[in-house]
Formats: sequence, structure tokens, C-alpha cells
Amino acid sequence: MRNDVMAALLGAVWMCVAAAAGAVEVSYGLLRVDYPSQAPISRLEAKPADRGFAGAELATRDNQTTGQFMGQTYELTTVATTPEEAEDALAGLLADGASIIAVLANGADLLRLVERAGEDALILNIGAGDTNLRSENCRANLFHITPSTAMRADAIAQFAIWKKWTDWFLVHGSNPDDRELAEAYRRAARKFGARIVEEREFEDTGGARRTDTGHVLVQRQLPVFTQRAKDHDIVIAADASDVFAPYLPFHLWTPRPVLGSAGLQPVTFHPAHEAWGATQFQTRFEELAGRRVRGDDYDAWLAFRVIGEAVTRTGSADPNVLRDYVLSDEFELAAFKGVPVTMRGWNGQLRQPVLLYDGAITASVSPQDGFLHQVSPLDTLGLDAPESACTAFD
Amino acid sequence: MTARLLATVCLACLTAAPALANKVFVSNERGNSVTVLDSETWEVLTEFAAGNRPRGITISPDGSMLYVCASDDDLVRVFDTDTYEEIHTLPSGPDPELFILHPDGNPLYIANEDDNLVTVVDTETHQVLAEVPVGVEPEGMGISPDARFVVNTSETTNMAHFIDTEDFQIKYNVLVDQRPRYAQYSADGTKLFVTSEIGGTVSVMDIAEDGAPTLVHKISFEVPGVLPEWLQPVGAKVTSDGKLLFVALGPSNRVAVVDAETYEVLEYIIVGQRVWQLDFTPDEKYLLTTNGNSNDITVIDVEKLEAIKSIQVGEQPWGVVVAPDA
Repeated sequence: MRNDVMAALLGAVWMCVAAAAGAVEVSYGLLRVDYPSQAPISRLEAKPADRGFAGAELATRDNQTTGQFMGQTYELTTVATTPEEAEDALAGLLADGASIIAVLANGADLLRLVERAGEDALILNIGAGDTNLRSENCRANLFHITPSTAMRADAIAQFAIWKKWTDWFLVHGSNPDDRELAEAYRRAARKFGARIVEEREFEDTGGARRTDTGHVLVQRQLPVFTQRAKDHDIVIAADASDVFAPYLPFHLWTPRPVLGSAGLQPVTFHPAHEAWGATQFQTRFEELAGRRVRGDDYDAWLAFRVIGEAVTRTGSADPNVLRDYVLSDEFELAAFKGVPVTMRGWNGQLRQPVLLYDGAITASVSPQDGFLHQVSPLDTLGLDAPESACTAFD
Repeated sequence: MTARLLATVCLACLTAAPALANKVFVSNERGNSVTVLDSETWEVLTEFAAGNRPRGITISPDGSMLYVCASDDDLVRVFDTDTYEEIHTLPSGPDPELFILHPDGNPLYIANEDDNLVTVVDTETHQVLAEVPVGVEPEGMGISPDARFVVNTSETTNMAHFIDTEDFQIKYNVLVDQRPRYAQYSADGTKLFVTSEIGGTVSVMDIAEDGAPTLVHKISFEVPGVLPEWLQPVGAKVTSDGKLLFVALGPSNRVAVVDAETYEVLEYIIVGQRVWQLDFTPDEKYLLTTNGNSNDITVIDVEKLEAIKSIQVGEQPWGVVVAPDA
């Protein structure tokens, strides 16, 4: 019955709106690079096989619902690949006619793929937070949908400053990603006037993290590791490798709040977020995927909603037309974060609030009150125009 | 002091035209209840359970039946406005948020937020007459005074959909700014106002005789010292003479007063926190606002354009409707 209604409607609808828009077919893809990795410390963080894909599928359904009134159709292709086969997989997507591709990969692979894709394709970064991609390694056809590591670190720093927790004990891991994350927190501390009173590196010695006796060892090791630190208000955890941070909150020598990779975490989205209509998003997502939403699902949804919105407003499927529209002052999009998200014209980073998630609720949202900016409070997070070495958008 | 107050009150009784007392019904989204107030004394009369997550609220033209969208129960609950007993429920489709009643009292047009549908329900037979597919996250519902068109706004699709009430077909779609929340026709049917929460604007459409809309203007808002992002238009009402448009501006805790002919913003009235929906008393002397975060309603004197009183209601008030004159 509902299909009949739908069919009848589509006919009627097309007559009245399609005149303005004309039929437009949008073909886009999501390329996910899967890396060999250990099981996460918490099994709640286990990676489902459709991670990212489910968000892209939801966005495509949302776009299609709107498209039916505009005479626009959307076709999504999703591919999961390995680092070695990523370039071939990208070539396959391009050959199939997808000229807009969201990439869920690390920064180095993303850059490699952007080069391979060429200037006529539009690439949407939904996985890499690297600062260099928003600065010297930016590309004119690369939009960053996911917040940069710098935006996340700044989000935490603003909250800490707002709380007057200015003395930080920075604990970071020993892998390159952990050190880069630690550097983002050092920069954030300098930017907003916090002091890092002590720094320690927790060495990743490998080995089993989730054995039956794991917590027993951790319970003895971590207090010793964190004792005799200079007086501090909070502990900042920089553990991009997921080696130790989740253990920190209850195993510190001196009891202090933990922020960063554990405790209060800067995220794009989480399954308990309800404000600003997000409940509807959660319901739609859970019905579609049969599981709770993850940050990468949300980033994928947002990437294709940015495209859908640009198609709706421009009536075009041409990546260059869509790119120009998204970069223009006209573009804005509702994304369940209370304010419209827009695009930074100087480095292709999507402006957006960062949610501070304690594992159960949205504890706060940055930017915090009182952090002012001449353009938008959102530009107090991450690289501002004068700090970015990006020239690709000039 | 008490004596003087009494004297003032009595003077008011003598000089002012006798105001009719009307019941005011407020849905409390988190309190799962409806608060009932008296529009003369502004006292709370009672609060009664109204199902899970009550949001949209309206009343039958004769004032006898109160309709409440119980969003988490996936149905509409109908209450007796004298006894507050539930009379029956109406099928609504999943997650009903807002609805609009035909001026004759039948049918009821309901926005189903989770299912991209507008459900049309016969209020007498309780049958679903139609399910109309619309955009993503349907929310706002308005009806033209001649009842020829029902307008639905879809929050993620960002359109106003004009549904013909004869055949339930969508005849026009108009793109508006981000997250359209509410659609309100002027009393003479020549204009339609659509609020966009995240876009921060009110789209104004001229409505032709045959009901065809033309987007003619976008009203935007500006308050010194308030971040533009916090000026989020949600509920809206127009005076029946078509002169003033009131717009609830959500987290900015203000109601904007707009000249509905020139679209100039005349005034911002400070009310409670997260102001959401609005309704007039039938004489349009007062405008009531629901303030979701401060758990109260504000009474605005429409002639003076001043907030004169706030009254505590239940937890997270969402919608408000005032009973018609008896």
C-alpha cells in the first residue's frame, strides 16, 4: 500500500519541482582501509564489519528522500580494502563513475590516495586527524569532514580552562601517533594558557592487554608509574594506540580527573547524544544498522550529507560545482550539534563543535562560553587561518 | 501592602472589561504530563499524566477534547478537558511530534518524525485516512485557513511540503533554510511563515489564490551580545489582524516581535530558557511561551510587548494550547 502511495506521489512531485532542477544522478563511494590491529582494550570498542558504511548508507537514504522531490538520485558504493590494495580499490571506484569519495584511512594513506585520485575527484577525509593535512599537505580537492586532532585537543583544553584546571599532567604513549597527539595537547596548552607541569611516557611493550590477570598487573603498575608527579589539577591522556588510557582513571597515584584518550573524551558523536534532535538520528541509525552509532559512522553520514545538501542547493552532480558551493558563504548544514556546520575556506576543514563524552552522556560541548573569535567561535578550535600553511585554496 | 494589592486588584475588576478565564494546557516533554493553568489567575489548576514524551498539543474547536502527541508511545492521546480522563487514543504512526487539526475538528494531520511520513487520521472513526511520504524528519505542521493545504516541514530535507487535503498529494515543495521547525499561515491565508532553527531565519511565502507559494523574503535576527548561532527560530504565531509575528528564539531565551507586513524586527522580549512553542489567548491579549530549560511558561502582554509573568509548570515544557472561549 505504501509503495503505491509512494509511486503516485513521485509522479506528482516530479512534475512540480523537477522543472527547476532537472534529473541529476549522483554516484559516490566510501573507501575504507582496514589495518591489522589488536583487539581494543574495551570490547565495547570492537570494530563492526560495517563501520562507516552504515553511516554512509543512512546519509544516502536521507539524501534520496530529499532527492525524490528534486528529481535527484544517489548511488553509494562501499569498499573495504587493505593498505596494499587501496590504490587499486580507489581506481576501481573512479572507473565505476564515482567522482566523490569518502576515505576512512590514516593520514599517510589518505594523502597517497588523494594524489592517485587526481584533481577531478573530490575526496572527503573521514578518518585522519593529522595537522599537516590541514596545513602544508592540504589539497584543493580534499575536504576534512572529521575534526582535526588539534580541534579535539583544543576542545579539551577550553573545557579545562573553563573549569580553571590549568595544571596538567600529560601521560602519553610511546608510538609515533601517541607522540603526535601529545604534541597537539602541548600546543593546546600554550594556546589557551594551561601549564604542563609534568610529562611521562608510558612505554608500549606489546603483549596481551586483555588477559584474565591484566587488571591485576595494571592495578599495581599504574599507581607506581604515576606517583610523585608535580601538583596537577588533571591528567591528560594521549594514547592514540589504545594501550593504557582506559585504565588510568581509577589507577592514578593521585586521584584526579582524566581527559583526552580516556575519561572525558573529545568526539564527533556518540550513541548517547540526544540534544538538538540527535535522538532522531540515533533512532534512524539503530533501525538501519542494528547497532549503536560510532564516530566514524557519523563522519561518513556527515560527509555524504554535505554532498547531498550541495546537490539539493545547486542541482548539480559535478564535483567542482559542489566543491565551490561547499566552500562558499552560502553553504551551511544542520548536523545535530546545535549550530550549523560550515567549511573553512583556507584549508577545507569542516567547522563544527566537538562533543565531550564521558562514556555515558554529552558532558559538555566545545567551543566553551567566553572563547571568542572574530569570525566564528568554532574557529577557536584547531588551526586558524594565520596558523595554517595551506595555500591550495587561495 | 496586602490591602493595597487587594485595592488594586478590585480597581482592575471594576475598570477592565471582564476577561474570560480559559484553560491553558502545557505538555511537559520530560515530565510525561500536561499542566493545566487558568488564564485569569495564572494559577496552576492541576497536572495530569499524559503518556510518554508528550510534545505536540492541540484542542478541538469546541474545547472539549485535548490532543497530545505521546511521542514515545507512538500514538496520540485524547483527553477530556473537564475531567482530564483519557477518552481514547488515535493511531499516529511512529514518533508523532507535531500535528495540526482541521479547523472543523476532523481530520488530524500528524508529522511522524522517525518515518518520513505525515499521517492523516479521522478523529471520529479513528481510522488512518492516508500516509503521505515527505522529507527526512517531518516536524512542523500548518494548515491554510481554507483548509485546502496542509504544510509540513522536514528538518533534514529542509523543505516545506504543501499537501493537498483533497487527494493527499504533495503539490508544491519549497526549499528553506536548515532545520525548518514550524509553519504558520496568516489568518487571511495570504502568507506563510516557516521558521528554520539552525538556519536562523523565518522564510516568508506569498500564497496565491490557488494556494501556490512564492518565497519572497527571509527574516533574520540580531541581538547585540548574543551569538548569532543562539538565535534559533522555533515556534511562531501571527496576530489575526496580520500585523505582528511572534517568533520563539530557542536557546537565546527571547521572543522576537516582527512587523508581519514589513518584516522588520521590532522587539526582542526576554522570556525563560530555551523558549519553544507559543500560543495566544483567544482575545490575543496574551501570548504564552513554553520555556523548556527553566521549566516554566512566560506570559507576554501583547499590547505592551512585555513579559509580565512566569509560571512554573512540569519538567521540560514543550507545547502550549489555550482553550477557546466557552
